[in-house]
Amino acid sequence: MKRSVFPNRWLPYALVAPQIVITLLFFFWPAFDSLRLSLYRASPFGDRLIYVGLGNFRRLFQDDAYLRSMTTSFVFSAVVTLVGLALALLLASLANAKIRGLTVYRSLLLWPYGIAPAIAGIIWLFVFHPSYGILPWLLSFVTAYRFNWFLEGWVAMMLLIVAAIWKQFGYNLAFYLAGLQAIETAVLEAASVDGAGPIRRFFAITFPLLSPVTFFLFTLNMTFSFFDTFGLVHAVTQGGPGDATSILVYRAWKDGFEGLQLGYSAAQSVVLMALVIVLTAVQFRFAEKKVTY
Amino acid sequence: MKSLLVRTLAVLAVAVLAAPSVALAKTELAWWHAMTAVLGERVNEIAAKFNASQNDYEVKAVYKGSYPDTLNAAIAAYRAKQPPHIVQVYEVGTQTMLSSGAVYPVFQLVRDHGVTIDWNDVIGPVKSYYSQGGNLYSMAFNSSTPVLFYNKDLFKKAGLPDKAPATWDEVEAAAKKLVASGAKCGFSAAWPSWTLVENMHALHDQPFADHANGFDGLATTLKINGPFGITMMELLQRGAKEGWFTYNGRLNKAEANMGNGECGVFLSSSAYIGNLTRASEGKFTWATGPLPRLAGFPQGNSIIGGATLWVLKGAKPEEYKGVAQFFKYLASTENQAWWAGVTGYIPISNSAVKAMEASGHFSKNPQQLTAIKQMQSGKTTPNSQGIRLGNFPSVRDAIEEQMENIFSGKKTAKQGLDDAVAKSTDILKEFAALYK
Repeated sequence: MKRSVFPNRWLPYALVAPQIVITLLFFFWPAFDSLRLSLYRASPFGDRLIYVGLGNFRRLFQDDAYLRSMTTSFVFSAVVTLVGLALALLLASLANAKIRGLTVYRSLLLWPYGIAPAIAGIIWLFVFHPSYGILPWLLSFVTAYRFNWFLEGWVAMMLLIVAAIWKQFGYNLAFYLAGLQAIETAVLEAASVDGAGPIRRFFAITFPLLSPVTFFLFTLNMTFSFFDTFGLVHAVTQGGPGDATSILVYRAWKDGFEGLQLGYSAAQSVVLMALVIVLTAVQFRFAEKKVTY
Repeated sequence: MKSLLVRTLAVLAVAVLAAPSVALAKTELAWWHAMTAVLGERVNEIAAKFNASQNDYEVKAVYKGSYPDTLNAAIAAYRAKQPPHIVQVYEVGTQTMLSSGAVYPVFQLVRDHGVTIDWNDVIGPVKSYYSQGGNLYSMAFNSSTPVLFYNKDLFKKAGLPDKAPATWDEVEAAAKKLVASGAKCGFSAAWPSWTLVENMHALHDQPFADHANGFDGLATTLKINGPFGITMMELLQRGAKEGWFTYNGRLNKAEANMGNGECGVFLSSSAYIGNLTRASEGKFTWATGPLPRLAGFPQGNSIIGGATLWVLKGAKPEEYKGVAQFFKYLASTENQAWWAGVTGYIPISNSAVKAMEASGHFSKNPQQLTAIKQMQSGKTTPNSQGIRLGNFPSVRDAIEEQMENIFSGKKTAKQGLDDAVAKSTDILKEFAALYK
């Protein structure tokens, strides 16, 4: 690695100071405050603060609904990440071909990323809505089954997954496109000459060479689907029907800001925090070894 | 360029000179609220009218987002020791506010500042919901109660008489005919827990929670899994299965379906009248009726929803004096009648009801009378004076989750309600542990 040399000893510290202050103030401080609060039963207006030790956590893990929510979150994140990345890679490979009007296609494909999760949710809500949505209307010609996500948990889940994938799609695509363009055409041509077909070329050369991008996007999409999809759930399903789409981050918000059970909600954020730390650590520990830079 | 600069400086100078004199003369009072669209404009109108009516105080109405957002903003501000003087809190936050120790009770505030408001003039259901020991703790503001709406055009098409179904049997019969005649949704309801569980229990004089629905002490468990609750949920479950009841989501989401003319019979807040009037204009006609009753259960009364204005501790005496003056202004018959008339909320004082009758308001807006008549004809009992629960928003959530499981057939009515009660007990126990 190249070492940069600064003329002044203190300049580098001064340059990173703002970022460190922001991180301490807006990330570490709230995180430690959540840690502290998770050990208390706290009243909304702050007049009562009763120490309960790990009581909030005990309450969490004895609650079937919370364990269900954990499964829901993992299923949701896994599907959003895997399907989302696969689709983005497929379309990026196609958009990387030499065709006319390519820049137009690329720009169009990038669009959804500029949309807030809540808005993406509303757009797909219009598509899926049981009474005025176009999808149930089209399906009504094929099947008598009523695709009502107000009552059918799996339909609601599918709606959220589609919206989340669609919303994140442009971002994934942009990275894959950049990754594809960085691959030397000489390598691919050489393989061609050696008689490798397009599919073989993709799996033997392109995919391994894209592994840093895939790794980066994987981590990012997991985090996105774990946290940033809050607006989506809030705008579309409010966690229902039943608790079918009640993902962890939504529950933590709901119990904290609507239910005003602050300690209980803080305990949930601590669990979330731990999950993300573990998830990221595992990814860096194991996945990074397989990544070719 | 130069003249522009000079002019700008001149304007600034005048502004700087003029501003302190205005600010010194008037004491500012912050009023945080959650009213959107037309309702938000009306709130600003109230503040502007009060400000113009006297020279000592300036009420600043600030929109703070949804009801939960507004409450959270007030909590954060209170903890930062910069609370607003007045905050609008929804009815499910009542117990939270009463227990908070952060509140300057309204009856006391008014008395301490030598202002007289005739609290006996406040209508019974509103007074009982927000009082403790017979005294109002918050200023009654926007109250509504659920009523039944029906789409006249769809009724006509289905060959039904132009009359609101009065019982659940009639609702079922009508909804079946409506669906048979091609209506997409025979019966539906907004605010599911409020209209179908909370209000149905109160309307049939059935207990919703122990300790007289939380009025005689902190409630510890719900009572909704009794014979009445089960009968009600079984009816709706059957309705969903047979297709004459369409569930259209939590909060007021179902109003979209009524508003676009899909639903024949519909339950929602009386405050929906204004929006439905606008949504249906030139498309279909509708009317209202009292909430349907279930045969074989006694008569209670419907309960209210909406919000009240709470005064927070931590302000200066002269500011509280202004708040008291403002509340006196709000409580005037003239103001109450105006507010109810332009919004569709129920008038909260008997004198306002009389004034509206005298001015012929109800003959022009007959639908606004339904809610008032329904409340006047009901019987106020310990089961229908209101519901006061700690962490009520979470409890409502627990109920609606299970309603969805029941309507979709995943659980039996009894199983779903039992689960809702178990979850709620846990939530209520937490609240009780906080304030034991």
